[in-house]
Amino acid sequence: MMKTKIQRMLLISTLVAMSGCSSLGVEPWERDLLAKDEMSLSAEPIDAALDDHIYFSKEASSGGKGFGGGGCGCN
Amino acid sequence: MKSKIDKINIKSALTVATVALLGTSSLAQAESSSTSSVQDSSWEFDSAFLFYSEVDRVSAGEAILNAKKTFDNDEVLNLKLTIDTLTGASANGAVAQPTVQTFTRPSGNGQYDIAAGDTPLDDTFHDTRVQLNGQWTQPLAPDYTVSGGFHLSKEYDYLSLGINGNIAVDFDRKNSTFSAGFSYFQDTFTPEGGIPNPLTSMLIGNSDASTWDDSFAQTRIGSEDDKTTTDILLGFTQVINRRMLMQFNYSYSMVDGYLTDPFKILSVVNNTGKTQDYLYESRPDSRVKQSVFAQSLYHFDSSVLDVSYRYMWDDWEITSHTIDSRFRIPLGDGFGKESYIQPHLRIYQQSAADFYRPFITDDEALPAFASADYRIGEMTAITVGFKYGMLVNNGHELSFRLEYYRQTPTNAGFDEPGVLNDVELYPTVDAIIGQVTYSF
Repeated sequence: MMKTKIQRMLLISTLVAMSGCSSLGVEPWERDLLAKDEMSLSAEPIDAALDDHIYFSKEASSGGKGFGGGGCGCN
Repeated sequence: MKSKIDKINIKSALTVATVALLGTSSLAQAESSSTSSVQDSSWEFDSAFLFYSEVDRVSAGEAILNAKKTFDNDEVLNLKLTIDTLTGASANGAVAQPTVQTFTRPSGNGQYDIAAGDTPLDDTFHDTRVQLNGQWTQPLAPDYTVSGGFHLSKEYDYLSLGINGNIAVDFDRKNSTFSAGFSYFQDTFTPEGGIPNPLTSMLIGNSDASTWDDSFAQTRIGSEDDKTTTDILLGFTQVINRRMLMQFNYSYSMVDGYLTDPFKILSVVNNTGKTQDYLYESRPDSRVKQSVFAQSLYHFDSSVLDVSYRYMWDDWEITSHTIDSRFRIPLGDGFGKESYIQPHLRIYQQSAADFYRPFITDDEALPAFASADYRIGEMTAITVGFKYGMLVNNGHELSFRLEYYRQTPTNAGFDEPGVLNDVELYPTVDAIIGQVTYSF
C-alpha cells in the first residue's frame, strides 16, 4: 500500500517536472551559480564514499543516491 | 625551473604511481605522457583520512587517494585506492544478564567473559581492507554520456568484485538528464572458524580439551559462502532555475546468497528471562531492496543548501527514512582564503526486519529465520557535525570534518520477561567521526 503510494508520488513528481520543462531550466548564459563546485549534486564524492561505508555497516539501508551494492564484509 | 620541479614533486610521483596502476602494457606510454600531464595539471588528486571511533566499541581508520584525469575530448578516468583498518568490540547479539556470561570466539579458539549487566561485545574484530575502484566516463554522442567501472575489495576474510555501467541523456539545453545504471557484485566470505550452522547452539566448554576441535567443527557447515548483488538505478535531474537543481532516483537492489552474519548469535531465555542457550543467527538467502531518493540544491545569495530524502523498503519488511542536509556558508577570506563552514544534520529511522527478535524464548518453536542484530532492528540515528574548508598554497583545498553519530535502538514491541527488565536490551551507540581532506 505504502509502496504503491510512494511509487505513484515519484511518478507524479517526475511527470510534473517533465511537463514543466518549458518553464523550468535556464539558458546557457544563466549557469553562473549552477557551474560552481558546491552546486554539483555530488560535490563531495570522498565524503560521500566514507559516509556510505559507515552507514552501510551500521544501518540496514544503503544506496539511493548511488549504488548500494556489496563491497565489504562489514554488514 | 628547479623550484617548479620541487613543487610538483609529490604530484609527479603520484602521477607515475597512478598510471602504473593502469597496467604494464600502458606503462611506457603513460610514463612518457606523465610529464606533460603534470605540467598541464590535468591529474587531480583528492586525499582523505577518516577516523571513526565508537565509545567502548569499534574504532576504524580509513584513508582514500583519488586520482582523476580529464582528457582533451572530455573523457574522464577516475582511480581510487581505499585502505581501512578496523579494531574493537562489536555486539554479538546476546542479551545482557544479571550474571557473568561466557561465549566462544567465532574462530573456536578460546572464550571470553562478559560481566553481569553488560551488553555482550565480542572484541575479536581486527581487519584491514584494501579497495580499488576504476571508472571511465566519456561522451558517446551529443547529449549522451556513458560510464563503466570496476570495484575490487579484499580483506582478510572477504573478497568483493564488482562492475558497473551507466548511461546519461541530456535534453532541453542540458537542463534535464535521464540516467540509467546497473551494478553487479560478487562477494565471497571466508570467516575465521568457518560458517556456523544456523540456529544451532554455540559450543561452550573447555576449548583445550582434545575433543574440542571435533565438537566445534560439528557446529560448522563449510568454510566459505558467497553472495551476489545486482543493482539498477534510474535517475532524473532537472535544473529548476538559476539557483536550484533537483534530482530524483529510483533504485532496485537484489541480493542473493549468504546474508547471515556468522559472528552473530541469539540468546534463548526461559520465562524468568535467564539465558539457557545461545543459537547462531539465521537470515533468508535473498533480499530485495528498493528506494526512492530526492535531492535538492539551492543557492542563496552566497550560501548553498543541500537537502536530500530517501525512503527505502525491502522484502524483509524493513522500511527506513533518511534526511540528510548540509548548509555551506562562505566565511570570506577572514578565516582562510575562500574559507567556508558547513553544518551537517542527518536523521535516520528504520523499522525492524520481520525476523528480528532480541532473544528467543525456550517454550516456543524455533522460527525459520531469526536475528538479534540491532542493525536490522528498530532504530533511530542522528548525525550532527560541521566541515570547515579553505584554499591553501597553489589553490589546493584543505578541509576538516568533525561529526557526532548516535544510534538509538528501540523496542519494536517485544515483552521482556523476568530479569530482562533489569538490564539494558537496547543500548545506544555513540561515535565520533573526524576527517581531514586535501585536494591538489
